[in-house]
Amino acid sequence: MTDPIRKPGRKNPQIRTVQPTLPPAFRSRKALGFTVAAAEGRFCLQRCDDCGKLTYPAREACPACLSMNLHWQDVDPAGQLIAETTIRTSTNSYFRERMPWRSGTVMLDAGVSVLAHIHGDVAPQGRVRMIARTDKSGKGVMMALPEEDVENMADDKQLRELTCDPKHRRVLITDGRTEVGQALAKAMSGAGAGIVFVGLAEQWRGFAGQAALEAIANVEIVPLDVTNTTSVQECAGEIGGKVDILINTAQHTRPGGIMGRRDVVTSRDEMEVNYFGLMRLMQGFGPGMRARGADGVNSACAWVNLLSVYALSNKPDFGSTSASQAAALSLAQCFRAEMAGSGVKVVNAYHGPLEDEWHQPLPPPKVSPNRLAREVRGALQQGLEDIAIGEVALDVRMRWKEDAGVLEKELTQIEGM
Amino acid sequence: MADWDIKRQGYDGVVAAVPISIPYQRFTPDPAHWWLARALGDLVRGAGLRPSDIDGFTVSSFTLFPDTAVGLTQHLGLTPRWLDHIPMGGASGVVALRRAARAVQAGDASIVACVAGDASHVDSFRTMLSSFSRFAQDASYPYGSGGPNASFALLTDHYMRKYGATRADFGKIAVAQRANARRYPSALMQRELSLQQYLDARPISDPIHLFDCVMPCAGAEAFLVMRADIAADLGLKTVNILSTIERHNAYPNDPIQDRGGWAMDKDELWDMAGIVPEQVDFLQTYDDYPVISMMQFEDLGFCAKGEGPAFVRERDLEITGSFPHNTSGGQLSVGQAGAAGGFLGLVEALRQLTGTADGTQVKDASYGVVSGFGMINYDRGVCSGAAVLAANVTGDTG
Ligand SMILES: [Zn+2]
Repeated sequence: MTDPIRKPGRKNPQIRTVQPTLPPAFRSRKALGFTVAAAEGRFCLQRCDDCGKLTYPAREACPACLSMNLHWQDVDPAGQLIAETTIRTSTNSYFRERMPWRSGTVMLDAGVSVLAHIHGDVAPQGRVRMIARTDKSGKGVMMALPEEDVENMADDKQLRELTCDPKHRRVLITDGRTEVGQALAKAMSGAGAGIVFVGLAEQWRGFAGQAALEAIANVEIVPLDVTNTTSVQECAGEIGGKVDILINTAQHTRPGGIMGRRDVVTSRDEMEVNYFGLMRLMQGFGPGMRARGADGVNSACAWVNLLSVYALSNKPDFGSTSASQAAALSLAQCFRAEMAGSGVKVVNAYHGPLEDEWHQPLPPPKVSPNRLAREVRGALQQGLEDIAIGEVALDVRMRWKEDAGVLEKELTQIEGM
Repeated sequence: MADWDIKRQGYDGVVAAVPISIPYQRFTPDPAHWWLARALGDLVRGAGLRPSDIDGFTVSSFTLFPDTAVGLTQHLGLTPRWLDHIPMGGASGVVALRRAARAVQAGDASIVACVAGDASHVDSFRTMLSSFSRFAQDASYPYGSGGPNASFALLTDHYMRKYGATRADFGKIAVAQRANARRYPSALMQRELSLQQYLDARPISDPIHLFDCVMPCAGAEAFLVMRADIAADLGLKTVNILSTIERHNAYPNDPIQDRGGWAMDKDELWDMAGIVPEQVDFLQTYDDYPVISMMQFEDLGFCAKGEGPAFVRERDLEITGSFPHNTSGGQLSVGQAGAAGGFLGLVEALRQLTGTADGTQVKDASYGVVSGFGMINYDRGVCSGAAVLAANVTGDTG
């Protein structure tokens, strides 16, 4: 059984913050396919289209038939530990700081043996289930977990390097005025977060759910208006040094495309929140989080962007909002690059239409705030970087992966023709 | 389909000669070029040749970048008509020997200088590990960066569980080699090692402990492969090549390595040599870790698979013992000078069979076996090779 991690004490300001070190970051282009799947929490190996052979590590051709048609495919993650070691000396600084380190050889039931990180609760020669996650370098790695859950399992030192568990961490939810923001505050508090900061613009203006929000354990309301640079800078100056997880819930969604609007006023509001608001947050909170990626139990670990899945491909009846979401997605990609090497994961959570006033005319299925909060919490606990929430988001993302061009044609074709 | 099995030809008219070892150093600022040049110079002088007499050249080195054997020809003033770069780590010695022998036999070269050497700078081991192979970069280095220690720890853990080997069994191999090294002045590790010290050593990557590991260092090894008649004219002491094998990526579907390519080819090795294992006077295995030496005892046919631990318990592995093994101390005690580690056993074998091994000489050594093993590309050593050698007692050409 893993020893539970303790709530960290107050930080001594005299002690220098540990500079983040990284596990090896270089991968071949083919191996990046594993990283893409790992970011979604999928355990994939390459399979040969022609002879069916599973193969690992990443190859350019099938070692059984020399076919060039290898594709990453979900495989059964069950297996058995057949050899293990506890590494006590390493040539890499990241691992050296974290010695000893358990790794081993797992024979997968699927018929391939792989090298993996090994959870402390896996018994010698024990049965395991594999997970794929991104590590502090943002690259996909495998880890063998015990077949059945054990107590305090998430607190395993090596597993916690791969996850962004809110337990004992301090979370900022940027807008508490929405149902989504309130549901997330509740979910983070329930997941053991040390503090849940909740941003509110124009605090004097009351809103539905205010009393319930303020009653949630560990919630602290902070003034924050993402459309105001000074407000964001002041908030970052106040609490930026202790935000370990930031979840941006500030969104501005309105129906409508281009020619139905007479001017750019509404579109500018959308951009002001969805794009410039995000950028202000990144400028205000990004540098502090980037510097604290290796700061102990409550290190900075995750930045969560809630993005409409129509950031991937425009939905004309919400065409202008889709455009602002696409801008936000592009900015998130840039942010990922700038945060790379910090150990902080930039999580993109794509969702379909929410159950809110602005999506009221749309038919179901829609995503409830509670479901969204639950899935974001799960993604943090599991250490995922790319998730799709709800049936619509899953469907659109799948079609986008299959063929982005076809998806565009589908979404933009005239109804009933 | 036609019968593809053609009987292997022997190595008639070809001999190996002039074993050269440049004493190793833990760290030096000198690059690989320095070590390779030094070995080549000793080779030429030792044979009484001029550099221009060398018409064949093989090079093995990990630290020669950005050069290869090609750059070295110009650097060292050679104009060979046959050139090979052999990047096979611990298998480089045997592979260089067998390639050079065929080149000489076919008339493509008359005198081939086989040279291996590597530099050792303070950071060179780390930088070499981090860029060793694509599979290592993609799928092994990110899992703790334990290097070969971690890879061999897994093989050792598995072997111990499967075949009941104990740390003391591996310790016996390491302790005997240290005793041998104390008779080989160039060995970097000369201090006496007891089994208790071996067992008490600090863990490096369990179950691998300190004295299971080689010390990376700088050094070079070299030998000549040449026409027997030329060697006779030069008055050189020579060694005959009875048989050789080479194999890469053997048993790729074994979940974890507990046998090497030798097991595929050992029948051919002994058939071609025309002797049996019991006739062998000494064995030089590739000993990057003791478990690999034990695997070679089995896979070369000195005992059956799984009998390695018992084989070790029943024998004295020192120079004067019942089964002289790694007579100069092996890499475990001499040090691992990169690719030169793949030549160490072969060069020592040539000294043994030419009666020039001085302090480590096995009495009346007539037959010796050398084996090589190299390149943890991902989770296992990929290259293997072995050679059966014989002293040229009558001075005839084999
Ligand atoms: Zn195939």
